[in-house]
Amino acid sequence: MRTEEDALNQIERARGRKPKLTDDQVTMAHGSGGKAAAALIQAVFIEAFGAPDGEELRDAAILDLPGTRIAYTTDSYVVQPIRFPGASIGELAVNGTVNDLAVSGARPAWLSAGFILEEGLAMDELRAIAADMRQAADAAGVRIVTGDTKVVPRGAADQVFITTSGIGVIPEERRLGGAQVRQGDRVLISGPIAAHGMAVMIARGNLAISAPIESDSAPVNHWVEAMYAAVEPEAVRWMRDPTRGGLGTVANELARDTELGVLLDEEAIAVAPEVRGACDMLGIDPLYVANEGCFIAVVAADAADAAVAAMRAAGADQASVIGEIIADLPGMVAVRNGFGGTRLMDMLVTDPLPRIC
Amino acid sequence: MKYVDEFRDPVAAKELISTIHHLADQLGRPWKFMEVCGGHTHTIYRHGLEHLLPEAVEFVHGPGCPVCVIPRGRVDDAVWLAHRPGVIFTTFGDMMRVPGTQGSLLQAQARGADVRFVYSPLDAVKIARDNPDREVVFFAVGFETTAPSTAAALAVSQKTGVKNFFVFCNHVLINPPVRAILDTNNVKLDGLIGPGHVATVVGSDHFDFVPEEFHVPLVVTGFEPLDILQSVAMLLTQYAEGRCEVENQYARVVRSGGNAEARRMLAEVFTPRDTFEWRGLGEIPYSGYRLSDEYMAFDAETHFDLPGDRVDDHPACQCGLVLTGQIKPWECKVFGTGCTPENPIGTCMVSPEGACAAYYNFGRIPTLLANR
Repeated sequence: MRTEEDALNQIERARGRKPKLTDDQVTMAHGSGGKAAAALIQAVFIEAFGAPDGEELRDAAILDLPGTRIAYTTDSYVVQPIRFPGASIGELAVNGTVNDLAVSGARPAWLSAGFILEEGLAMDELRAIAADMRQAADAAGVRIVTGDTKVVPRGAADQVFITTSGIGVIPEERRLGGAQVRQGDRVLISGPIAAHGMAVMIARGNLAISAPIESDSAPVNHWVEAMYAAVEPEAVRWMRDPTRGGLGTVANELARDTELGVLLDEEAIAVAPEVRGACDMLGIDPLYVANEGCFIAVVAADAADAAVAAMRAAGADQASVIGEIIADLPGMVAVRNGFGGTRLMDMLVTDPLPRIC
Repeated sequence: MKYVDEFRDPVAAKELISTIHHLADQLGRPWKFMEVCGGHTHTIYRHGLEHLLPEAVEFVHGPGCPVCVIPRGRVDDAVWLAHRPGVIFTTFGDMMRVPGTQGSLLQAQARGADVRFVYSPLDAVKIARDNPDREVVFFAVGFETTAPSTAAALAVSQKTGVKNFFVFCNHVLINPPVRAILDTNNVKLDGLIGPGHVATVVGSDHFDFVPEEFHVPLVVTGFEPLDILQSVAMLLTQYAEGRCEVENQYARVVRSGGNAEARRMLAEVFTPRDTFEWRGLGEIPYSGYRLSDEYMAFDAETHFDLPGDRVDDHPACQCGLVLTGQIKPWECKVFGTGCTPENPIGTCMVSPEGACAAYYNFGRIPTLLANR
């Protein structure tokens, strides 16, 4: 009979292996941003396209051009309903791509927008979405400079799907990545979590509960810039925005990228009371719920306070330190609760909530 | 939510833990307490309670996880129903990933079945109203806790003349498996941490048979970490004071007689089956509900002429032994290797209330840290 220790070691070996794609059809789980999605990307896309040279997978590709470095990213938006408290698909499509650039260390500059429209979509609705996009672009300080439109027959799409790509310029001195992260670094977050996922879910109207929850959809680039202005550029080690899969999944990506441990302090992670209430009622862990307006940064310990203060001064008034990088538990995420207990937090396996962004 | 925070107060927890250590020292022997309910298992692991208690106190995980106890044949039936032409199959999210011999409901959905997850059977009734030309089936699982909401959905459908709503009924009763576990001598239990949610419906009196027939104390317990710690202290105190009875730790919610209206609805809408198969426990007489004759028109099993075949568990799966507290999750041969949350073999690895998933996700860390 194997001992508990043997069993645990076996698990760690099994966990260390690349996720296997076993399904012979695409399921909704492959879109959830968790383990199934990671397996799909590995087994289908990396297999076909190849991995970026010796690099971790990031929110944006970093391209070295003569005299400059740019970040290049793309994202598709299929959220349903297309309008929900706090935002719309249009606002999301701009902010999501802006944020992917910002957390790559870039200053977002230009966006493209591709639209797949379902026959019959109300023209007023499309106008409103375009207006939302313009407004979001202005707020983020980016321009939508090119686009494409396709219309498909009724039923071949659901109202409107949007794909945005974005380009941003990375200031010379910024270097981000798992290799920059050191033991003792602090993990920061720019604001409260889990509002977006819960807002969309409740907006679908098929739950027995209602709650005044608004999506947190927002551009984070101004907060990123405020942080960089307050600390030495090399003090910022790693950034990511916790969209699908939530903070829990992103923290696992951090642990994987750094081969260090991530210890989060659950008490320090802000969740609005009504969001926590809804999560508790539905048995959902807020750490796995999608966000669209916050980012995680790993910052050198001696720069953490200045970084938090700068973010707060720039409007992220609930920015805080939520954890640290530890040498124990390499590749794993642990969450310490106020109660004295510590639990391990794995990547999200499947999200029961499709089409959240 | 202040209501919740009060029951997660670290200072109060420290006091209770010290009381438990004191009692355990005083009584001086090992203790095995079974938490009946999967919700308790989840809390114990999520808050690392096992490692806050004296080594002499051991939690044995019980059968009260609604997803875990559903046998493989019923999952196959659910997948079969989901594939009927014109059917919209509705289910709680947890059940979507439970594997049957023909795959899971999630995979059925990818193959074209219209499977939708709901948070309440009333949501399924709404889907039926919105889709009058479709047949909507609700996959009803759970103990006396969730059965009243299924009953309410059926009563509403009856009253408002909804004709296209059907229930695939897998509701089960809490007492028969508890009795089955106490009847066998596989695990000698010193006390039961009683199911708080079930007790809100059936009442704490419902468990009087445990001390009376088996001479084992039971404390009906809430689901916050402090509730469970207090329950352990109460069980040990019973031994210290030479008592053996049912106590109600969850008195802020549970009444001794339960919820009379909910029990009336259960009696009206459901009838106990002669027998029902449980994963790991096999057939247990009078342990499951079917729809009563008055509600037979809503019964998916008769309306669709369900195959209803019994299917053995996966040969490598030891969920049965886990569910009856005979082995720890990590003692299962496939735990964490062949059977993981992303590719589960057994039900205990699927539900967040399942002992294996809880241990896999939350339980490992103190051992890992201690090993370093």
